[in-house]
Amino acid sequence: MNHQSSPKITEVNHTADVALRITAESIEQLFIKSAEGMYALAGVKTDHTILSARQLIISGMDPESLLVAFLSEMLYLLEEEKIAFHYFNLGISADSVTCSITGSPVTHLRKSIKAVTFHDLKIMKTAEGFETTLVFDV
Amino acid sequence: MFTFKDLTEIKPDEWIISPDFRSDMRLAVHIFASRKMLEQVFGDRSLEQAVNAATLPGLVGSVIVMPDVHQGYGFPIGGIAASIYPTGMISPGAIGYDINCGVRLLASTIEAEKVSAYLGDLAAAVNRYCPSGVGSDGLVRISSSDLEQVLQLGSRWALKKGYASEADLLRTEEAGCVEGALPNKVSDRAKKRGITQLGSLGSGNHFIEIDVVDDIFNQEAAAVMGLNLGCLVIQIHCGSRGLGHQVCTDYVQQYQGAPQRYRYSLPDRELVCAPMDSPEGQAYLGAMRAAANFAFANRQMLAWAARRAFEEVFAGNVKNWQLYQVYDLAHNIGKIETHMINGKEQKVCVHRKGATRAFGPHTAGIPPEYAVIGQPVIIPGSMGTASWVLTGTSASMQKSFGSCCHGAGRLMSRAQAKRSVRGEVLIKELEKQGIHIKAGSLPGLAEETPSAYKDVDEVIQVVCETGLAKKVARLLPLVVIKG
Repeated sequence: MNHQSSPKITEVNHTADVALRITAESIEQLFIKSAEGMYALAGVKTDHTILSARQLIISGMDPESLLVAFLSEMLYLLEEEKIAFHYFNLGISADSVTCSITGSPVTHLRKSIKAVTFHDLKIMKTAEGFETTLVFDV
Repeated sequence: MFTFKDLTEIKPDEWIISPDFRSDMRLAVHIFASRKMLEQVFGDRSLEQAVNAATLPGLVGSVIVMPDVHQGYGFPIGGIAASIYPTGMISPGAIGYDINCGVRLLASTIEAEKVSAYLGDLAAAVNRYCPSGVGSDGLVRISSSDLEQVLQLGSRWALKKGYASEADLLRTEEAGCVEGALPNKVSDRAKKRGITQLGSLGSGNHFIEIDVVDDIFNQEAAAVMGLNLGCLVIQIHCGSRGLGHQVCTDYVQQYQGAPQRYRYSLPDRELVCAPMDSPEGQAYLGAMRAAANFAFANRQMLAWAARRAFEEVFAGNVKNWQLYQVYDLAHNIGKIETHMINGKEQKVCVHRKGATRAFGPHTAGIPPEYAVIGQPVIIPGSMGTASWVLTGTSASMQKSFGSCCHGAGRLMSRAQAKRSVRGEVLIKELEKQGIHIKAGSLPGLAEETPSAYKDVDEVIQVVCETGLAKKVARLLPLVVIKG
C-alpha cells in the first residue's frame, strides 16, 4: 500500500518553535502525513534513484506516544543515517507500529529539527478521520 | 487568553498569578515584566505554560517567569522552577532538548577602531575555523573512549587535550564539569549523534558574534572581567547538539508512564517528571549532567577554534590579540543548589529553561575573582541589537532562585519573521549598520531577524529595576556567524 495522497498539513502559529496541524482519513495516514510534514519542515531533498528499505517495530503506550516514537525514529534516521522515507506501509496496534518503509539518501537538509515533542499532543477522531497538532523543537 | 485581571502587581514590574487561578496549580507564578511587555506576552501561550508548570508535584516557592519569556513546549522559555531535593521531581521537558544550551564570552584588548579593516577577514576566518550549519560535523574526530571522558569531565577533557586553559575552566559555570554525570545512562543513539559533533555550532538561533564594548556602567566589575571600552569581545552561543536532543527525547518518552507510576496528573505530557531519588530520576539526572558536560566541552572547542582564527588574522598585526574568558554559563539545565525558601535554607533542583544562573556576590559556586562583584550574566541580543553583560545580585538569590533572563526573547514566529524580511535584504540592512554577516542559510537568517525579538534593552531594564541583576557593559555587534 503506497500512501501518496496530497498532504493535509497546515503550519500553526508558534512563537519559538514550529507547530503543524495534520489531518488524515486514517490513523496510518495521519502518521505518514506527520512524517511528510516533518520532512517538509526540514527542507529534505533526496536522491530518488537510490532506494533503501527498512522493517521497524516501534513501541508505545498509546497512539500519541506511538506517533512521537515513530517520528523520533524517522528524525534519528534523517539526522544520523541521512535517509528520508517516501513509501510507508504501517500497521498500527494499541502498543506498536510495524513499519515497512522505503527511502532514499538525503541530498539537502535546510533546517535542523531538535525533537518531536508531546506538547499538547492529542490525536482526535473527527468526522473526516483523524487530526493532531505536533510541536517540533527547532 | 490572559489579561491584567488575572495578575496582581506586587511591586513595579513584578506580578503574581495566584495559585487559586486554576484548581490544579500547586503554587503561584511570579512574573518579572513591564506592563508593555506583558501586553506582548498575552499574545502567546507563555503564561498558560507557566501555570501548567505550577502544577508539577514537589515544587517549592513560585514558578518564576523572566521578561524575555515566550511560548515553548510544555515549560515556557524564560521559566524557572525549583523542586525539593532529593524527593522532588525532575522534568526533562522543563529543561529542554538542547541541554546546557548556553553562552560563552571572551574578551580582548584589541581596539575595534584600529582593526576595522580586518573585520571582513576575521568573519571569514571564524566562519572557517568554527564548523556551523545543519548537521555540521565537529572540529575533531574523537574515539568512543574520548566521548565517555567528555561526558564525564566536560571542559576538563578539553584541558587534558590542550584545547583549554585552567583560566578558561575557572571562569565557566561548574568549572565546565557538572559532577555526578552518568555516561552509562546516555543511550548509544545519543552517543552516536554526539561523537561526530564535538566542536560544532549547529544552526537555528545558535551563533558566534564578535562585538565591541560600547558602554561600561560598572567600571570596577568590567575591570575584573577584563572588559575594555572600545575593544573586541566574542560570544559563542550553542549547546549539546544531537547528543543532548537525543537524551531529552529518550527520557521524555521513557517517563510517559511516570504519572501512573507516581500517581500524579499533568495538563501537558511534555512536562512528565519523576522523583529525583527514583531509579529513573537518577538516570535522567546522570544523563542530563553528561549532556551538559558535552555542551561545556563543545563551547570550549569552539573557543579554541575562535582563538586560532584571531591568531591567523591579528598575529603580527596587533600587539595583544589574545582572547580571555569572561564567563560561560548554561541556560537550559537542572542544578542542585541551596536557596533560602520561606525563611529556610533548602536544597533544591532548579530547572532553568531559557534562563541563566545569576548568583549574587559571595555565593558559593562562583569564581573567587567574581566573589565581590557577583557572577557575570551574559545576555545576547538579537544579531543587530545590543548584548549585555550584567552581574547577579543578592536580590536574585531571594526572588528568582539566583536566576536571570537569557536573551531578548522571541516575539514573532519563524514563519512571520520569514514573511517580514528576506535573508538577502536582511544581510544588506545589517551590512549598512557595519555588521559583517556569515550565514549558512538565508531563510534561517530571516527567521532570526532582530525584529522577531523583543527589545533587549527593555528586558535588561526590567531585570535591573527589579534588582535581579546589575548592568556592567553593553556590547554592539560587528560580526555575526549563523549556522
